[in-house]
Amino acid sequence: MKMTENNKPILEVKGLKTHFFTKRGVSKAVDGIDFTLQKGETLGIVGESGCGKSMTSLSILRLIPSPPGKIAGGQVLYKGKDLVTMSEDEMRKIRGNEISMIFQEPMTSLNPVIPVGEQIAEALRLHQKMGRKAAWDRAVEMLKLVGIPSPEKRAKQEPFQLSGGMRQRVMIAMALACKPEVLIADEPTTALDVTIQAQILALIKDLQTKLGMGVIMITHDLGVVAETCDNVAVMYAGNIIEYASTEQIFSNPKHPYTQGLLDSLPKIYEDQEELRTIEGSVPSPYNMPSGCRFASRCPFQQPICYQQQPELMEQNDGVKVRCWMYTDQWTGQVEKQEAVK
Amino acid sequence: MLMFIFRRLIQTIPVVIGVTFVVFFIMQLVPGDPAVLLAGEGASKETIAGIREQLGLNRPLFVQYFDYLINIFQGDFGLSLKNSQPVLDEILVRLPITMELAFFSIIITIVLGMAAGIISAIKPYSLTDTSVMLVALFGISLPSFWFGLMLMYFFSVKLQILPVAGWDSILHVILPALTLGAGGAAIVARMTRSSMLEVIRQDYIRTARAKGLRERVIVYKHALRNALIPVITVVGLQFGALLGGTVLVESIFAINGLGRMIVDAIRMRDLPMVQGGVLFASMIFVIVNLFVDVFYRFFNKRIELN
Amino acid sequence: MEATKEKKVLLKVEHLKQYFPVKTDSFFKPKAFVKAVDDISFQLFEGETLSIVGESGCGKSTTGRAILRLDEPTDGKVYYSGQDILHFNKKEMRKLRGELQVIFQDPFASLNPRQTVKQILNEAMAIQEVVAKPKRMDRMLELLDYVGLPPEALDRYPHEFSGGQRQRIGIARALAVNPKLIICDEAVSALDVSIQAQILNLLKKLQRQFGLTFLFISHDLSVVRHISDRVMVMYLGKVVEIADKKDLFDSPLHPYTKALLSSIPVPNPAIQRERVILKGDVPSPIDPPSGCRFHTRCPFATEKCKLEEPALRELGTNHFVSCHFAEKLAQ
Repeated sequence: MKMTENNKPILEVKGLKTHFFTKRGVSKAVDGIDFTLQKGETLGIVGESGCGKSMTSLSILRLIPSPPGKIAGGQVLYKGKDLVTMSEDEMRKIRGNEISMIFQEPMTSLNPVIPVGEQIAEALRLHQKMGRKAAWDRAVEMLKLVGIPSPEKRAKQEPFQLSGGMRQRVMIAMALACKPEVLIADEPTTALDVTIQAQILALIKDLQTKLGMGVIMITHDLGVVAETCDNVAVMYAGNIIEYASTEQIFSNPKHPYTQGLLDSLPKIYEDQEELRTIEGSVPSPYNMPSGCRFASRCPFQQPICYQQQPELMEQNDGVKVRCWMYTDQWTGQVEKQEAVK
Repeated sequence: MLMFIFRRLIQTIPVVIGVTFVVFFIMQLVPGDPAVLLAGEGASKETIAGIREQLGLNRPLFVQYFDYLINIFQGDFGLSLKNSQPVLDEILVRLPITMELAFFSIIITIVLGMAAGIISAIKPYSLTDTSVMLVALFGISLPSFWFGLMLMYFFSVKLQILPVAGWDSILHVILPALTLGAGGAAIVARMTRSSMLEVIRQDYIRTARAKGLRERVIVYKHALRNALIPVITVVGLQFGALLGGTVLVESIFAINGLGRMIVDAIRMRDLPMVQGGVLFASMIFVIVNLFVDVFYRFFNKRIELN
Repeated sequence: MEATKEKKVLLKVEHLKQYFPVKTDSFFKPKAFVKAVDDISFQLFEGETLSIVGESGCGKSTTGRAILRLDEPTDGKVYYSGQDILHFNKKEMRKLRGELQVIFQDPFASLNPRQTVKQILNEAMAIQEVVAKPKRMDRMLELLDYVGLPPEALDRYPHEFSGGQRQRIGIARALAVNPKLIICDEAVSALDVSIQAQILNLLKKLQRQFGLTFLFISHDLSVVRHISDRVMVMYLGKVVEIADKKDLFDSPLHPYTKALLSSIPVPNPAIQRERVILKGDVPSPIDPPSGCRFHTRCPFATEKCKLEEPALRELGTNHFVSCHFAEKLAQ
C-alpha cells in the first residue's frame, strides 16, 4: 500500500454494513468493508454496477435513503470520531463542510430553480458563518477557481443555462467551497464526454494539491482509477475483494475477479482478437452465497470456496485480498505462484 | 417573455369567440320559449308573436348570433327580459361580489391545500400524513352543497358564531369561501404531496443534504419551489371549477353574485342575462388561465430553452 | 484494408445533411437550425466494420438514423448496393430493412416488454417473410444458440433478463432476418465491462460467421479500437478524419483526434503519455464556428482556420483528414 503521509488516517471505515430492508428481503448492498484514507491520498473504489460502491460513499455521509436503507453495523471514523453514531446535528456540521461529495449526474444534481452562485453561497453562510455579500463573493471566486469563464455572470444563472461540463465544475466549486478535508467523488465524469472528463479530472487533481484534501474516487472506469488514484479498493457484491496500490492492482492483480475485470477491457494500445470475459453473473444481493461470492464465476474455484467466505487478508507485499488461493487452506491444483502470475 | 404574453393573448381571441358561439347556441337548445314566458300565461298568439318580433327572435339563428357578437364587442349585452334593464349593469353589480368570493376561496384552496400537502409530504406514510390525506379524500368526495349546509348548521345554527347567509361583512365571507375552497384545497393538497414526494427523490435534494443543510431549508427552499410548478397548473384549473361552484354556493348562502344571477335567469328563461353571465364567467376563466400560463413560464424558465 | 479498391462498396453516403429546425421565441428572428450532420461523405465496404466516434452532439447517432431513414435527411444521397435508398417507397424500404438492421444502446427500451422472446423473434421473421412458418421454431432455436442464450429463453419476457442478455436478444432479433449490414448505435455503452466484453466477442464471432458488415457508432475509443477495421471521427456534424484503425490510433493527423485519443484514461499506470487537454466546451451546433469548426478549441488554430473551411483530403493511403495544417502537425 502506498502511504501518502504517515499520519493517522483522516478517514477510517471499519466493518461498514449498509443493508436495505425491503419486501423482497434484506439486500446487503454493503456488507462489511474496511478501508482508510490519508490526507492528500486519492483512494479509488472500483467495481461494476450493483457492487455497492455508491452505497458505500452515501453511507459515509449517512445519506442512504432511509427507510428502507440502514447502516447495519461498523464504524466510519473521521478524525477519530464515529460518524455512524453521531447526532444528526453534528453530522450536518460535517456534511459539505469537512466531508463533501460530488455526484455523477451534473444535469440533475443541481437545483434547477436556484442560481448556481446561491447554491454555492448557502453552504458558506451555513458552515463558515459568512454574511450574504461575503458568501456571494466567495462563491464567485470559487467559480473562477474551477475555471468557469465570466464567473460574475455565471453565478447569477440557473443550471439549465450551463453546459454539462460547466455544471460539473459548479458541483466541484460547491463541494470545495468550505475547504473540506475529504472529497467523495461518485462517478464524477461518467456522464461527461472524454475531452471534458480530462478537464474535470485534471481540475480535481489540481485542487487536491492546492487544498491537500483526501479524495475517494468512486468509479467503474479502470482508466480513471489508473490515472488518478494512489490506492484502489475493488468491490464485488458488497465486499472489498482486493485492496492495494494502483501499481500493484494493474501490474499484478491477485484476485481472480480483478484479473478478469482487467482482461475484459478492450485495450487502446494493443490489438486483441478476442477479449477475456467473466462467465456468469453477479449473485443477487437478497441471496448472497455463504461462501466466496465470486466462487461460481471463478476459474480457480475449489470446494472450500463454496463452504466459507474468505477474509480480506494482507499479503507480504502489503496487498489485501479476499481469496482462498492466498491462504494455507488452498488445495487447488493451481499453484499459488501461478495464480499470482 | 413579452413575445410569449403577446402570442398567448392572440391565442385567446379564437377561444373567446368560440365561447360566445357555444353560449349562444346552447341557450337556443334549452327548451321553453322566452316569448311565451314573457307574455305570461294565457296570452294570445298575437301577443307572443309581437314580443317575438320585438325581440328579433323570429330572425334566422345566425343573424341573431352575429348581431349578438357585434353588440357584445360594443359592450352591449342586451336587455334583461325580466326587467328591461341592461344586462351589463346587472352583471357589473354582481360581478365584484362573486370575484370577492372567488378570491377568498382560491386563497383557502392554495393556503390550506399547500400547507396540508407539505405537512403530509414531510413524513410520508406517517399518522399525520394518513389523517391529512383521509380528510383530503373527504374534501374531494363531499358534495359542496352538503358541506355548505353542514357548515351553516354547525357554525351558524348551533354555535351561532357566524352569520347564516347574506353578504355584508367579512364574517359573511368565511363559510361560503370555505365551502367553495374546500374541494380545491383537497385536490391541491394531494397534488402538492405527490409533487413534493417526487421532488424529494431528486438528485439535487441529495446534493442539498450533502451540503449539510437543515431539513427545513431543504424542504422550503430546495424542494417546494420545484414541487409547486405542477401545482400552479392545478390551481389554475381549480379556479374554473370554483367559478362553477359559485352557482351553488351563492344559492345556498343567499349571496347576490353572478352565480345566483345566472341561476335565477335560467329559471326565468332570461336569455340575454344567462348569456351575459356565462360569457363573463368564461372570460374570467380564460384570463385566469392566461395568468397561470405566464406565471408557470416565469417559474419554469427551462421550458423556454428546451 | 490494403485491398480496399477491390472491395465491394455496400453503403455509400454522399453529402449527407441533417438539419433540425429550432423553435425560436420571436416572429422576427430567422428560423434557426441544428446542423446535426452537415455535409458528410463516406463509404462502407462489404464485410468490414467502420466505426463512427465522437463526443455527444457530433452527429454520429444522427448519421445512423439518417441512413436508416428514421429521420428523413435534409439533403444528400445514400446508396445501398448502388441503389439510392432515399428515394425508395415504403414497400422497397421495408424490403431493405431486412438487409439493414439496427441494434440500439438500451435493449430494454427497444424490446416490447409485453412480448416474449419468441414473439419478438417471430414478429421480426414474419415482417420480412424470411423463414416459412413451419421452420420458424428451428430458426429461433438456432438464433438463440448463435447469441448464446438457452432455449428456455423463448418463453420469457425482456424484464426477466439482465442487461447483457437483453442485448443478446436484440442481436438475435437483428439476425433473424439475415441482414447484411447492422448499425450498432452505442450497442455496448450501457453495459458493465465484463458484459461488454462478452457482447463484443459475440459481435465479432457473428461477423465472421455470417460475413456481416457493421457500422459501429460509439463514444468509447477503446471499444472502437477493438472492433473496427476503419474509424471515422466526427466533430460538430463534420468528418474530421477517416483512416484504417491502425493508422488512426498510431498516427492520428487531426488535432482533435489527437486530443480525443490522449483524453482517454488508460487502465495502465505504467503508460506515460503526453496529454492534450482541450479548453472549453463543444460549441453549439445551432450556430457552429466559421471556417474549421474545431478552431475555437484547437491549440494550433490560425487566422486561416477561422476563415476557411478545410476540405477532407487524402494524406497517406486511405487516410483522410480535414485540417489545413495536417502535414505540418504530423512532423
